[in-house]
Amino acid sequence: MPILENLWIIPLLPLLGSAINGLFGAKWSKPVVNSIALGSTGVSFLCAVEAVREFLAGGSQPFRKEFFDWIVAGSFRAGFDLQLDQLTVVMLLVVTGVGFLIHIYSTGYMAHEGGYYRFFSYLNLFMFFMLILVLAANYVLLFVGWEGVGLCSYLLIGFYFLRKSAADAGKKAFIVNRIGDFGFMLGMFLLFRTFHSLDFATVFDAASKPEVAVEPMGQFGILTVACLLLFVGAIGKSAQLPLYVWLPDAMEGPTPVSALIHAATMVTAGVYMVARSHVLFTHAPTAMYVVAIVGCATAFFAATIGLVQSDIKKVLAYSTVSQLGYMFLACGVGAFGAGIFHLMTHAFFKALLFLSAGSVIHAMGGEQDMWNMGGLSKKIKVTFVCMLFGTIAIAGFPPFAAFFSKDAILFAAYNYENGGKVLYGVGLLAAVLTSFYMFRLIWLTFFGEKRYDEHHVHVHESPGSMTGPLMILAFLSLTGGWFALPALFGWKDYFAEFLSPVFGAGEAGGGEAAQSLEHILSIVAVVAATAGLLVAWQMYSKNVKRGTSEGVHKLLYNKYYVDELYAAAVVRPLVWLSTNVLWKVVDAGMIDGTVNGVADGAAAVGDTVRHTQSGNTRSYAVWVVVGAIVVLGIVFWPILHPAVFGGVR
Amino acid sequence: MTAPVIIFFVLAGLAVLASVSLILQRHPIHSALSLIVVMVALAGLYLLMGAEFVAAVQIIVYGGAVMVLFVFVIMLLNAGEEERTNFSKLATFGGIPLALALSGMIAAGIARSSSQLATSPAAAEGAISSTKQLSMLLFKDFVYPFELTSFLILIAILGAIVLAQREN
Amino acid sequence: MVPTNYYLILSAILFGLGVLAFVFKRNVITIFMAIELMLNAVNLAFVAFSRALGKSDGEVFVLFVIIVAAAEAAVGLGIIILTARNRRSLNVERVDLLKL
Repeated sequence: MPILENLWIIPLLPLLGSAINGLFGAKWSKPVVNSIALGSTGVSFLCAVEAVREFLAGGSQPFRKEFFDWIVAGSFRAGFDLQLDQLTVVMLLVVTGVGFLIHIYSTGYMAHEGGYYRFFSYLNLFMFFMLILVLAANYVLLFVGWEGVGLCSYLLIGFYFLRKSAADAGKKAFIVNRIGDFGFMLGMFLLFRTFHSLDFATVFDAASKPEVAVEPMGQFGILTVACLLLFVGAIGKSAQLPLYVWLPDAMEGPTPVSALIHAATMVTAGVYMVARSHVLFTHAPTAMYVVAIVGCATAFFAATIGLVQSDIKKVLAYSTVSQLGYMFLACGVGAFGAGIFHLMTHAFFKALLFLSAGSVIHAMGGEQDMWNMGGLSKKIKVTFVCMLFGTIAIAGFPPFAAFFSKDAILFAAYNYENGGKVLYGVGLLAAVLTSFYMFRLIWLTFFGEKRYDEHHVHVHESPGSMTGPLMILAFLSLTGGWFALPALFGWKDYFAEFLSPVFGAGEAGGGEAAQSLEHILSIVAVVAATAGLLVAWQMYSKNVKRGTSEGVHKLLYNKYYVDELYAAAVVRPLVWLSTNVLWKVVDAGMIDGTVNGVADGAAAVGDTVRHTQSGNTRSYAVWVVVGAIVVLGIVFWPILHPAVFGGVR
Repeated sequence: MTAPVIIFFVLAGLAVLASVSLILQRHPIHSALSLIVVMVALAGLYLLMGAEFVAAVQIIVYGGAVMVLFVFVIMLLNAGEEERTNFSKLATFGGIPLALALSGMIAAGIARSSSQLATSPAAAEGAISSTKQLSMLLFKDFVYPFELTSFLILIAILGAIVLAQREN
Repeated sequence: MVPTNYYLILSAILFGLGVLAFVFKRNVITIFMAIELMLNAVNLAFVAFSRALGKSDGEVFVLFVIIVAAAEAAVGLGIIILTARNRRSLNVERVDLLKL
């Protein structure tokens, strides 16, 4: 059965899995729940592979199919249209593949948790929405997926809903995302108004016409404003400055959730959206400049916070924010292919890192503070090796995956005409910091003396369901970048070539001078990573204790007090406004007041009118006469009124 | 000032004076007698207008039956002079203005449409409507209401009997 | 010839006096007599119009009014007798059981 004709199967299977588990899973045993959850995701992955095979066999023609009309209003149509091109292929395989591995991992990790079926139901629901987002052929359907993954993020962050911090974190994620979504929607409205359609094909064709001029830098034309608004949505969803605050708090959720949603797939939706809209962005250099600056600043900013964190998952969270900054930097300087490449390698090594961290936490019986770990390398060997692979990858050492992707990004940044050198410098600095804090994590966790009580914590290796995916991801972290390996030696970059039908051939390398520059820059990158490693080795490999926190350390440890700043500047005024204006004045005063006022008015009228019923017969007689006068007045009015207003006839 | 006009004013003055007396008298029997005077005056006015049958009926039925009934009831109930209670402020202060408003409105209406009230040629000649004419109308055009009134009187009689029974 | 207007004005005056008596008197029989006065005023108007238009319809209606007034007087006085016996007073202001 041709999968390509029936692309809807790919998202539908996880949806069915979610529904069945959600409705009936409470009564079923764990193996049954597992088989439904894993089965639906696994078959979805196989279908995705098959779809890719058909796509490639068909000559890699972009495929688009409209399945049914969803919104038809006048000349506007938004349908359930799915498409497949090279960009979708990458995203599809990453989402289904990494998603499937994490599902397997979760069966081991969540084995002792309550609400088992609910977890898998939510996880499958997330897969459904993410796949809709990736396969969508118009902005409206993409937004459905966008919102849906936000919902699943909320559900999964607050999975341990009896914990207040988890519930608060879920709410924070959803609300901050909503701010971004507002910008996204405004962007969509603007696009609709300009192009009268929200289909990718229509919008991008209309935007690529020769008469649509590239808007000059510094000017805020329609496309620039639309792209900036869309980027606001990406800022919210992909946790960039200033809307990144929800991602560290999202670590309240179970570790597989952090791995899947907040590392590999959901947070990359913003990058995917920007890459998908590259036609619009290339016509709005101002917007791209903003994207590059925001990405670069976030990369550096988050790396500085990650330097001093003590919770192992928080380090990885800030690392994710930082790496997403790199992806946006890539898109901002025009290297969309490099950004997507980094997205793919990041999915591999970040999922690996999170899952390994989960394995460590599982081994330590729930402990997440690195200062209470130490000397674990001999006890949990498999986890240690996998985590090491991930760390080497993220630091950017060759031949691991991220070396190629980070290198491509930094090279493209260096060549960017508007202050590219500065962007390169900051990016390089962030790479140093990345290497430093990741190796700090390794040394604190796995080396040195053990800083925990052996009697309370029984360190044990994780079961095969957890270590299996770890090893697969470790392999991918090593080999995932080898598409671009030939480029290092002056041959083709296969990945960029694969994506060139989507992004245009401008990605391919330049002449000889560019080649040697790229070589120099890659060597500089490796040197930088090594520097970070050495400093971390120097500071943390020997026996260390937690020190006091003061000065700059305190500032960084408290995340620059950004959350407190937001609470004071945004949250408190809004709550004040809500309480004192919207509640007391509008709701209680005006709305309740109106309703009560009507009742009070009726009572007042009754109070006045009841005086006619005095019980005194003579006053009744008077009312009779009054009534007679009224009736007579009505009857005589045609005769009388000239007398009242005019003269005598 | 022709004779009819003088007679009119005499009778009209009598009627008005008697009505005022009805209001001002304290004992109901005096009010009843004043009302009889009003009715006789009106009967005179009907005669002046040429409606002799109506005048006769007025005297016989109204003056001879209804007012006698009133007098009987006053005597039966041993009505005395009126009590001077005054519980209704509304009636005290609103009464005169309202009555003036009412009659003023009617008078204004009459005055406004006076041009349309020219007397018809037949009446201007002093022709009087005969009883025969009246009975033709009553028993031909208005026979249905006429029969109904007999029914009405029957009900009134029954009602009066039931109401005025002493408890047995 | 007496103009019709004069009769109509007289009718209006008598009606107004009837209303005054209706509002101001306290004896229930007197109030009833005021009603009779109002009816008479109306009768006068009817006959005046009948004469003005030359048709006898107005006089027929006067007959009906007199008939109805008689029937009404009979029943009304019956009710007055009962009420007077009940409340032991002919003062209409003493009939105040509906007062709070």
